[in-house]
Amino acid sequence: MEELHANLAELNRAFCCGKTRGVEWRKSQLRAIIRLITENEAQIFEALHQDLGKHPVEAYRDEIGIVKKSADHSLLHIEKWMAMKKDWLPLLLFPATGQVLPEPLGTVLIMGSWNFPISLALDPVIGAISAGNTVVLKPSELAPACSSFLHRIVPLYLDKEAIKVIPGGSEVAEKLLQHRWDKIFFTGSPRVARIIMSAAAKHLTPVTLELGGKCPVILHSFSGSDLQVAVKRIVGGKWGPCAGQACIGVDYVLVQQKDAPVLVELLKNYIKKFYGEKVEKLQNICRIVNQNHFDRVRNLLQDPSVSASIVYGGSVDCKNLMIEPTILVDPPLDSDIMTEEIFGPLLPIITLDKIEESIDFINERPKPLAIYAFTRCKRFKERIMQETSSGSVTFNDIMIQFLCDSLPFGGVGESGFGRYHGKYSFDTFSHEKAILQRSYFLELEPRYPPWNDFKLTFIKMAYNFNYIGLLLLLLRRMFHRGKAQ
Amino acid sequence: MTTEMDAEAAVKELRATFSSGKTRALEWRVSQLKALLKITEHHEEEIVQALRSDLNKPEFEAFVHEISAVSAACKFALKELHRWTKPEKVKTSITTFPSKAEIVSEPLGVVLVISAWNYPFLLALDPVVGAIAAGNVVVLKPSEIAPATSSVLAKLLGEYMDTSAVKVIEGAVPETTALLEQKWDKIFYTGNGKVGRIVLAAAAKHLTPVVLELGGKCPAVVDTNIELKVAARRIISGKWGCNSGQTCVSPDYILTTKEYAPKLINALTCELEKFYGKDPLQSNDLSAIVNSNHFDRLARLIDDEKVSDKIVYGGQRDKSNLKIAPTIMLDVPADSLIMSDEIFGPLLPILTVNKIEDSISEINAKARPLAAYVFTNDKKLKEEFIKNVSAGGMLVNDTTLHLTVSGLPFGGVGESGMGSYHGKFSFDAFSHKKAVLQRSFAGDLSARYPPYTSKKLKLLKALLKGDIIGIFRALFGW
Repeated sequence: MEELHANLAELNRAFCCGKTRGVEWRKSQLRAIIRLITENEAQIFEALHQDLGKHPVEAYRDEIGIVKKSADHSLLHIEKWMAMKKDWLPLLLFPATGQVLPEPLGTVLIMGSWNFPISLALDPVIGAISAGNTVVLKPSELAPACSSFLHRIVPLYLDKEAIKVIPGGSEVAEKLLQHRWDKIFFTGSPRVARIIMSAAAKHLTPVTLELGGKCPVILHSFSGSDLQVAVKRIVGGKWGPCAGQACIGVDYVLVQQKDAPVLVELLKNYIKKFYGEKVEKLQNICRIVNQNHFDRVRNLLQDPSVSASIVYGGSVDCKNLMIEPTILVDPPLDSDIMTEEIFGPLLPIITLDKIEESIDFINERPKPLAIYAFTRCKRFKERIMQETSSGSVTFNDIMIQFLCDSLPFGGVGESGFGRYHGKYSFDTFSHEKAILQRSYFLELEPRYPPWNDFKLTFIKMAYNFNYIGLLLLLLRRMFHRGKAQ
Repeated sequence: MTTEMDAEAAVKELRATFSSGKTRALEWRVSQLKALLKITEHHEEEIVQALRSDLNKPEFEAFVHEISAVSAACKFALKELHRWTKPEKVKTSITTFPSKAEIVSEPLGVVLVISAWNYPFLLALDPVVGAIAAGNVVVLKPSEIAPATSSVLAKLLGEYMDTSAVKVIEGAVPETTALLEQKWDKIFYTGNGKVGRIVLAAAAKHLTPVVLELGGKCPAVVDTNIELKVAARRIISGKWGCNSGQTCVSPDYILTTKEYAPKLINALTCELEKFYGKDPLQSNDLSAIVNSNHFDRLARLIDDEKVSDKIVYGGQRDKSNLKIAPTIMLDVPADSLIMSDEIFGPLLPILTVNKIEDSISEINAKARPLAAYVFTNDKKLKEEFIKNVSAGGMLVNDTTLHLTVSGLPFGGVGESGMGSYHGKFSFDAFSHKKAVLQRSFAGDLSARYPPYTSKKLKLLKALLKGDIIGIFRALFGW
């Protein structure tokens, strides 16, 4: 506890002395992050393999590459982001200038998550540094190898006085949350998010909550090569990133009843091609993070009516914490697998009479972080975009929206609030300070008491930007005054 | 119990309205904004009366600060709405090629606006304008401490607005508590930090995002090289001319140098007399204190023995009419009551520093205010101030006017709140920015899929870097 106090005091000093505000400091730290992940690639691959059995290609695609891309993007744009923005002003305030100046919030807390223990830790840190904050990063204790890697390596590359890694479990998190932060950025589950937001309320700390939800895929009728590509992308998006333990991973598929059998066959083909058969011999797929989650995912299949709906897979390897890619067709809608986020390699397929029903189906459930829709129909696309609500909508692909720096990434409703990536990361960790500058000449008398009818009329016209009326009013007044004299 | 059921029923009805989709239509939003505008045009007298009864607010202030500000917000939203609602196209990179990306603004759903008593008309409807413009359904809870305005709002909104989508629920703590127990898609609260914490904690249960518009001790730094008379008038207009200082952006205290303080006091008192006469308690151009609780709170600040010999102007009060005269104090101690909390009334302490530059560290030693003001012609001080003082917003050489600029976000930081509004920022505060990415079926890259090979890794590295040559090299195995 005392060590924590000392750490925080040091961060506070670093912020107050102003060094983190300089663009050079920010850039040097971003470059250091790039160096950190480039020079330690092998160690990161190893840590991810230990924690999740993640394959290096997957690890590069979803973790190292993401961090690198983010840091590169920030380095390229940071000066533009930091610049003061000018704004148009009403003539009435002339002469004046209106500006918005982004300023760092202060000392921020970033709580990473275990499924992408490197990228979901360092990607927000890039935003926090770009915006000029001092940072405490608490990596997830459920990915211990990555957590200790970050704890060990980050101080070797980044400014120790301004960026600290504090590893630990819930007791450490609890202590951290007692402090006053200028922002808390959390990636994880809605349950923990509620605890974090309640703690933040005591200090009026703004929070960004990156949660998950049941992200659906809507698969319109297809045939031929398009269907092949669609299914390939679904398989790659469901079991590829961390074996379905991903907040924007596919949770379930909505499809027309008549299309379901073909879909199931194609899914099976690609699963075999990508990951192989037999749970003991699976390749290129992550394991479940730990025993708790292994049991949780396995329990989703225990309900007899659910297990009866399995059409592929379903076997588990307790020793290696592996669960086979599993397809279910129409499990009961009130079963746990359809009411909770699956966060694992199980894929329920829900059949509908008409694909348009998918809109109501989605709207009856909490808002997901992402909706995926494979369709060529323009009208249907428009309807999905307008009539459903989710963090993002991606047409004809899976998860790729995460790579697009120009799009905000974040949830709505149960999938969280606040957003990041690219400029949005910078904004998330900045306060937009409004600045208006005035000079002393051109005083408008009607601003000041004692009030009278002339002043009221003047102000009414001013509010309507009725400049001609204002001029006439002033002339009339001058005329009357002249007469009185 | 009944209040809870009322709240629940109201939310249920509103949610049904929102689900029907009618509030998403641009026509609906326009019609409701026009209805709000009509309220400000046709019921000016009624609103002015209500504000007089609640705060004895001068008609001029009622018009300038409240009615006009609401109608200006409506007009601006009506003019800009088609631009705001249009999806924003954004660039995509080689990484996701070929693709098309846009950001779609969608309404959040059922939102709660809890308003304050000091500008009971403006602070109730200004956020409602944003909520409607963004296509939400709304519950407005006006402040019970301004009862006349609260009931005018309930009556007029009931007459003019689509009541299946916009509801006014009047009440005090029990009603607000019942409302806060419901699940909202956004809560917009204007008030103080104590209640702000309660609102935020209640919102946490439902993961509801919150905008908190709070206040704080807004400083005004007065340099020695300025046009004193103009500065004094502008300070007065932002302090006493804004609801007798019962304003979240009013200057709370002044920082100036020891030598300059007497001159400043002189100028202030001289202009104050011009504005409000020799006996300001008789002036019709000063608002009253909202109620006897607040009157007593302010009286305690004056009677604090640490400041009793610091009053250099004013100090008179009239409890029966809830009036307190503009009061200036010089060099009050830092541990006095008046310097520990937001004053929110017609008392203005002046603190002195040796060098005007010292005022920056004085300000930074306190919680971040909603606004910070500096009067100076010194370019360097201005730049230092802008760079080093953290505040919701700041204004150089004037007070409070930055609120009227619809292109500037209005909101706090730290203890002065979170989130911002006004103009497009109001629309954004009540919108979810949905990322929409469209891909075609072409351009499917096998490197994305297992079985993974080292060639795929090479290609991915180039792709994520956006390195076109690298992509070719990896693809062709060079």
